[in-house]
Amino acid sequence: MSDASTTKSGGFPNPLAWIGRGALALFAEIGRLSLFSGRTALSALLPPWNLTQLWKQIIAIGFYSLPVVGLSAVFIGAALALNIYTGGNRFGAEQFVPNIVVLGITRELGATITGLMLAGRVTAGIAAEIGAMKVTEQIDALKTLSANPFRYLYAPRFLAAALTLPILVLIADIIGVMGGWLVSVYALDFDSTTYLRNTIDFLTMEDVIVGLIKAVIFGMVIALMGCYQGSKSSAGATGVGRAATLSMVGAAVLVLAANYILSTFFVQIGI
Amino acid sequence: MTQPILELKGVEKSFGSNHVLRGVDIDVAPGRSLVVLGGSGSGKSVMLKNALGLMTPDAGKILFDGKDVTKDQGKAREAMRARVGMLFQSGALFDSLTVWENVAFRLLNADKLKRSDAREEAIETLKKVRLGASVADLRPAEISGGMQKRVALARAIITKPDLIFFDEPTTGLDPITADAINDLIIEQVKALGAAAVTITHDMASARKVADEIAMLFEGKIIWRGPASEIDRSGNDHVDQFVHGRADGPIQPAL
Repeated sequence: MSDASTTKSGGFPNPLAWIGRGALALFAEIGRLSLFSGRTALSALLPPWNLTQLWKQIIAIGFYSLPVVGLSAVFIGAALALNIYTGGNRFGAEQFVPNIVVLGITRELGATITGLMLAGRVTAGIAAEIGAMKVTEQIDALKTLSANPFRYLYAPRFLAAALTLPILVLIADIIGVMGGWLVSVYALDFDSTTYLRNTIDFLTMEDVIVGLIKAVIFGMVIALMGCYQGSKSSAGATGVGRAATLSMVGAAVLVLAANYILSTFFVQIGI
Repeated sequence: MTQPILELKGVEKSFGSNHVLRGVDIDVAPGRSLVVLGGSGSGKSVMLKNALGLMTPDAGKILFDGKDVTKDQGKAREAMRARVGMLFQSGALFDSLTVWENVAFRLLNADKLKRSDAREEAIETLKKVRLGASVADLRPAEISGGMQKRVALARAIITKPDLIFFDEPTTGLDPITADAINDLIIEQVKALGAAAVTITHDMASARKVADEIAMLFEGKIIWRGPASEIDRSGNDHVDQFVHGRADGPIQPAL
């Protein structure tokens, strides 16, 4: 059926109407996500807390992510050292490898790589689990049993991710720096003691704190995207799969966007 | 006249241009078992979700024990749900919990009972649905479909509710297991003195568990009467449904 608002007289789609519909849909989605995020954050911050669920999620999100975070960090640190050495070699600045590795890992790569790895491992897992619960009526069952899904399902995941990401990032920072040290000492003939002294002398507490603050925000983003997409999953395996994909892509993009915004903010305030 | 435990008055619900419920009027008295029949897509599940407060009707009222609960949220809604049990079509057991934790979910989370006491009560309730203590520590995925339905029934009755909803309780079960589930439903509902609302398209189940039967068609209750009258309803829609004929006023959902 032809619609005057969406077609020109010749029957071709009206591009303005198409753009308008897209914009309205985008704003509606942002509104729904904002409301969901607000309710989840409130449920996470205000008692009563479901400590059993919180502990389970800390183990699932934090502890079980250690291998993937550790492996990613060691390779990123190693590759970073190699690239800085190669680049620095062009104008005789190889000695700055430890300084730039520790700066890059603590301020940027430790948090970003951890955030991206968890966007894959955790966000998709949360979305698939909650999506499967939705399509098998388990979320309806929770409500009929007087359990609020925001308190029972979403808040523990939100809190667990926000609490464990900084710890994971701290571990990623240490392992990433060690990855750079390994390559520098065993492949690039750096002196081990000098490398470590330069690293420690150059590192400031602010650099570490910048990464940890980013980690808290990334944790919130990762959990929220998983819970949100899972909670609006449509029926069937396709619906759950789509929720997992959307959550992972959304979380990865938002982690990178949040990283840029936070980096800009920290530069602006001189940290 | 006895005050109905549940009344739906002129309940309407639409999803966009799809008008699923077009003014449903129905009630159930304490201790009575009402079965609502209807074909696939007739709105049975939507009616149930509105009655439970999982959806809010666009128009009409829902009264529970004489009180309007249509728009209730928070504590008021929880107070209603504390008196209601629900057996979902798929069982809707929580995969991450053991069988006993599923059965005792409300006791542990809403009523804050000690785990040892909750477990004891869950095992007692499992016995009522002919399941032994040996299944208590298994996960739902480790038991059969029929056993999952029994666990879901145990979860629905553990708090001794005044009203129990059954959503397609025999779907996906073989006829013998389905009959056993029907027997358990009758036995437990009678033992509790609770009212029951069952939605189904399984006529054998409907005939067995119902005191009264109603038929939902195109979003309205088009017939209601005693279960014994279902074969003499005088309604073409009911006759077609009861006899499972493709020809008649109801178009098959193809």
